[in-house]
Amino acid sequence: MKQTVLVRLGRFLRPYGFQFLLLLVLLLAGNLLSLAAPLLSGRAVDAVGIRAGGVDFPGVLRNCAGMLGCYALSSLLSYLVSSRLLRTAQAVSHDLRKAAFDRMSELPVDYFDTHPSGDLISRICYDVDTVNATLSTDLLQLGTSVFTVAGSFLMLLLLSPRLTLVFLVTVPLSAALTRFQMKRIHPLFRLRSRELGALNGFAEERMGCRRSIRTYGVEKEDLNLFDQRNDAASRAYYDADRASAALGPSVNFVNNISLTFVSVFGALLYLGGGLSLGSLSSFVLYSRKFSGPIREAANLLAELQASAAAAERVLDLLDQEPEAADPAGALPVEHLRGDIRFDHVTFGYDPARPVLRDFTAHIPAGSLAAVVGPTGAGKTTLVSLLLRFYRPQSGTITVDGVPLDAYSRDGLRRRLALVLQDTWLFGGTIAENIAYGAPEASREQIIEAAKAARIHRFISSLPQGYDTVLTDEGISKGQKQLLAIARCLLTDADVVILDEATSNVDTETEGEISLAMERLRQGRTCFVIAHRLATVRGADRILVLDQGGAAEQGTHGELLAAGGVYAQLYAAQFQS
Amino acid sequence: MKTILGYLRPHAPRVAVGVTVKFTAAVLELLLPLLLAHIIDDCVPARDLPGVFRAGGLMLLMAFGAAFCNITANRMAAWVSMDMTRQLRRDLYQRTLLLSQAQLDRFSVSSIVSRLTNDTYNVHQMFDKIQRGGIRAPMLVLGGLALTFFQAPPLALVQLGVCSATFFAIWLVTRRGIPRYTRAQEAVDTVVRILQENAAGVRVVKALVCQGRERDRFAAASRASKEAEEAAGCVMAAANPLSDFLLNLGLVLVVLAGAALVDRGRMASGQIVAFLSYFTLIQTATLGLAKLFVKYSKGVASARRIEEVLLAPEDQQVRVPGEAPGPELGMENASFSYLGVEKDLDGASFSLNKGETLGVLGPTGSGKTTLISLLLRLYDADSGVVWVGSRDVSALSREDLRGRFGVVFQNEALLNDSVYENISFLRGLSREDVTAAARTAQAWAFIEALPEGLDARLDIRGANLSGGQRQRLLIARALAARPGILILDSADSALDYRTAAALHAAVRRDCPGVTLVVISERVASLRDADRILVLEDGVIAAQGTHGELLETCGRYRRMAELQMGGLT
Repeated sequence: MKQTVLVRLGRFLRPYGFQFLLLLVLLLAGNLLSLAAPLLSGRAVDAVGIRAGGVDFPGVLRNCAGMLGCYALSSLLSYLVSSRLLRTAQAVSHDLRKAAFDRMSELPVDYFDTHPSGDLISRICYDVDTVNATLSTDLLQLGTSVFTVAGSFLMLLLLSPRLTLVFLVTVPLSAALTRFQMKRIHPLFRLRSRELGALNGFAEERMGCRRSIRTYGVEKEDLNLFDQRNDAASRAYYDADRASAALGPSVNFVNNISLTFVSVFGALLYLGGGLSLGSLSSFVLYSRKFSGPIREAANLLAELQASAAAAERVLDLLDQEPEAADPAGALPVEHLRGDIRFDHVTFGYDPARPVLRDFTAHIPAGSLAAVVGPTGAGKTTLVSLLLRFYRPQSGTITVDGVPLDAYSRDGLRRRLALVLQDTWLFGGTIAENIAYGAPEASREQIIEAAKAARIHRFISSLPQGYDTVLTDEGISKGQKQLLAIARCLLTDADVVILDEATSNVDTETEGEISLAMERLRQGRTCFVIAHRLATVRGADRILVLDQGGAAEQGTHGELLAAGGVYAQLYAAQFQS
Repeated sequence: MKTILGYLRPHAPRVAVGVTVKFTAAVLELLLPLLLAHIIDDCVPARDLPGVFRAGGLMLLMAFGAAFCNITANRMAAWVSMDMTRQLRRDLYQRTLLLSQAQLDRFSVSSIVSRLTNDTYNVHQMFDKIQRGGIRAPMLVLGGLALTFFQAPPLALVQLGVCSATFFAIWLVTRRGIPRYTRAQEAVDTVVRILQENAAGVRVVKALVCQGRERDRFAAASRASKEAEEAAGCVMAAANPLSDFLLNLGLVLVVLAGAALVDRGRMASGQIVAFLSYFTLIQTATLGLAKLFVKYSKGVASARRIEEVLLAPEDQQVRVPGEAPGPELGMENASFSYLGVEKDLDGASFSLNKGETLGVLGPTGSGKTTLISLLLRLYDADSGVVWVGSRDVSALSREDLRGRFGVVFQNEALLNDSVYENISFLRGLSREDVTAAARTAQAWAFIEALPEGLDARLDIRGANLSGGQRQRLLIARALAARPGILILDSADSALDYRTAAALHAAVRRDCPGVTLVVISERVASLRDADRILVLEDGVIAAQGTHGELLETCGRYRRMAELQMGGLT
């Protein structure tokens, strides 16, 4: 399992392969330097001699200077290696985060309807961070350990091949022990990352309905729910920690055992005449050199497990199926006339419960089509299908006689301008938000759009004006809608879609911006969803949706005369 | 840091035991090589075979004991840091629940989320690593120092000086590291914010084909985070080599000083050699400390960010009520400004009797939502009096406000939970009450049509419902506990006229005696109100009944005519 994670992570590590290699070499050089220093200190002590007054001061000084040089260089190298490694690890993390976000931005919209954003945040922040910690510090330690162990082992082999047999028993033993534990531990670390993600998902969701929690005074109940998840996440965290607590010490234990065996068997060998005392004591000395680095490395095992589990979660996100790519030969879209046809379209988010049933309608190029109908009748769904967020289960939608699927998806979306029911602003300045769909727009154009959307006066009243950074509070939904309209006015799309664009805007303001809307509609096909029938009255064609199908179509006058659903809806406006 | 350390207090006995156990393990492990030396130096030359086995057996026992102690200590440390973090995270969440809206605006939601997740994680790491790795190293340093004092006091003084210099250097580095880690955590806030925005705004981003720009924006935030982490990391990376160098410098000084002492005949050169070996022991011990200091400075930076929230003062005190200002609810000359520049509500005065209906109408941004934010005491008025239930709201505690209101907010998100839970909203209401509320809210028909009815599960933010359906669930939530005061802030904006009319009729029928505040862009939804406020730029421009306003208020008349085609 770990193998596969490493392989899957490979494509993020490979670009830095040379860097890692170079750092490894530097690390080796640093270690050698620090090994050379004791040699010099030995010589210095020799120069001191044993007689009072007989100290060879020049010799002492020379060797001390040498030591100082070695140490300084070794420290310098060590700083260089760890700071470079840190940068490399950060570069890998940055690449990982970026890749994860890039994939996130390609995912179909319904992914976000079923995956809490808190969990996504957890993957891209916490999980990547965990991987980063391993790359930036643990690797260094692991590298040093491997060097020391390998070097010492070589010396052991040279000193006494027979005594080295002890390690033939203990090394596989600790490997087996580790493997066995890892197998058990891995799912626990996976659970731990998942539970933490779930906790974050919960916290993030609840931050979004703080006002309700406060108003209904359910802080205590909410805290109880948080407690449940917090306890579960903490429990999972502890379970993984508890299970892995044995990992380091057990490897260490085997190491200590082998040390014991080495000394006992060594003693036996010596007594049997198979080994000199000098060799035995060197052998033992070198085996002792093992234990330090092995202890350090063993203690890292748990952290490696944690990052493997974290890396898996990031990689799983990267493996999510993105929105289907444009097929070869997808039509680039430069201009649309805007002749839209829905032909026997059936669609349901859950195919068993279609929202649209056998829906057929034609919106001629350049016309103003209005869609009305009770809530839940499928009006917004029509927009989602046009934008290719979803594909109908049966039937076709064509624009200018060409099926939607034949166009390049982004090209198509670029030709559609829209104001959605769910207004969305990002945490940038007001100017940036207005120019969101048209980044090349000048400040004058932005202001002009804001004026046309009747939001200029509000913006001017803010201390920083157009450079005010938007936050959630202090701006009403109606104002957000006006900003979205200003944003829409700046685009040069061919089809305009307004889904409840002014539902929270007062009638008077709506009347004032109608002029701007009129201009926006000029020469474009316009698709308006609205409840306010005053908004709808002037449409060339009104589609009345009911029960998933087009109940009626016609102009305001025709529909009133028909006395159907539309006439009823219209009358409801004046009932008290 | 003091507050966070307080979380350690309840665990003090456990920590003490854990530390002792860890200490025992370290002693056992340090004794192992001594036994080893005993076998090689004493038993083997003396050909003492039983002695070899005795010592070997003892070594096995000690190895076993060390492993056992280490596992136990690690588990205890893991438990303590887990439980502390659990409690800390809980308290942090609880505190964020009690933050005032103004405080929340100031901290920003994304920063709170990242403090709840990333920062608590860093603190966890700090406590865990210090408990596990913070015993052995200081023990070796102190033990080594003590031993050298016995060996050669003058040389030990050199060593003491070097050690102090080392710790001073580490302290300096750490002090520089902490603010850099604070900055790094702030960079994480931005990353979190962009992730939140993109998850919530995915439809708009895709519709405007702005994925590329969002990627750039994210890449920039991620790069900023990377650079901030690098800046902090590079400072901390100096700790290890610096202390290493200083200690080695000490080694050189010891040799030099030793040479001088030997020359004057005050010391044997063998002592220098023995001294050097202890010195190496100390040196290896300090190396492990550097990693701890990284965790420590990161942990401290995060701990401070958490404390900032935990220690945020209660900024909405419950005050002693003044004179009873009026009947059920109202305002007297109330003003409020979000940003402190332009008044969002300016000198509002009105009052409403119990069971009456207040309508609020006005252009976008005229202060309608601000009006109810003050009634709900989400914010405190800058001046003037706001009262509810004949009491000044600033004299009402959260408990007093609890259950009094049912509110439909604009932009409120639904939960990724069942329909029932979305209406009951943690209040444990009966299914009958929830059903009744859903009926009044005109939501029952579509709920009934769902395969699992009330138990049907909603997607995140209720994405599997239409805008109007979501709105009606929020209305049902507001009605479900039969509140005395019902506030509908543009609650019918996504409803067709027929449904809206049915809703208003049902509320009147099913909620007798309720005091109703209706904000709407639709004159039809307000015309039956006992009092209608017409807001303009934060000022109540006119108030009266539908009939009165038609006579006196030009704006109102224009609105009515626009919407109702002159039918009045």
